[in-house]
Amino acid sequence: MSASLDHIVVQTQDFSVPDEYARIADDNSDGAVVNFIGKVRDFNDGSAVTDLTLEHYPGMTEAVLHQIVVEARERWPLNKVTIIHRVGTMALGEQIVFIGVTSAHRKAAFAACEFLIDFLKTKAPFWKLEAGDKGSNWVEAKDADEQAAKMWEK
Amino acid sequence: MINVLFFAQVRELLGESTIAIEASEATSTAEGLRAQIAAKDEKWGKVLAADKLLVAVNQTISSWDTPVEDGDEVAFFPPVTGG
Repeated sequence: MSASLDHIVVQTQDFSVPDEYARIADDNSDGAVVNFIGKVRDFNDGSAVTDLTLEHYPGMTEAVLHQIVVEARERWPLNKVTIIHRVGTMALGEQIVFIGVTSAHRKAAFAACEFLIDFLKTKAPFWKLEAGDKGSNWVEAKDADEQAAKMWEK
Repeated sequence: MINVLFFAQVRELLGESTIAIEASEATSTAEGLRAQIAAKDEKWGKVLAADKLLVAVNQTISSWDTPVEDGDEVAFFPPVTGG
């Protein structure tokens, strides 16, 4: 698969969902476009959250994201794949991550999109620091996320 | 030298994001390197003893018996929480 079909970016600035949709949705051989957008939620484990700071491991993050996309392409016939993950501080309601996948048919696009976010959450070196009414806390990794990623093991 | 990196709460608790360690017999595996750094003092021992601590050797998540050589980059961090 041509690397130009992959668009993988770690950035501090926000992204535009219409622009990202337009980037991947211009090929008429694709009948399906699936997007996932992750946002900053107002609560976690019962505590109010006011903002979120994302830290990452520059270099390794990009390498892991590329590897995850390679694995998705081995499983499903995909055309375009976009992963944009923000780092830095984000306010309540802001967008954190965009995943976009195109394919001839919907089943491959849905499955690959879910696979990509499940693997990103458990394998890519990002860490969330939540600020809220009880101070700042590093988010704990969730067993449910680990289980979700394990479901994809062959 | 081995370039050692710390991330997230490990970085915050240690108050360091990177240190350089002289490669030696004792630091020839990821576990050996961890033990050597953890021996610095009580605080470092506690932070680097965390049971969920992960290690990446040259930017790949690795097992604790992975060989470490002079010039390698080794990172210690907690389980990841992106997305």
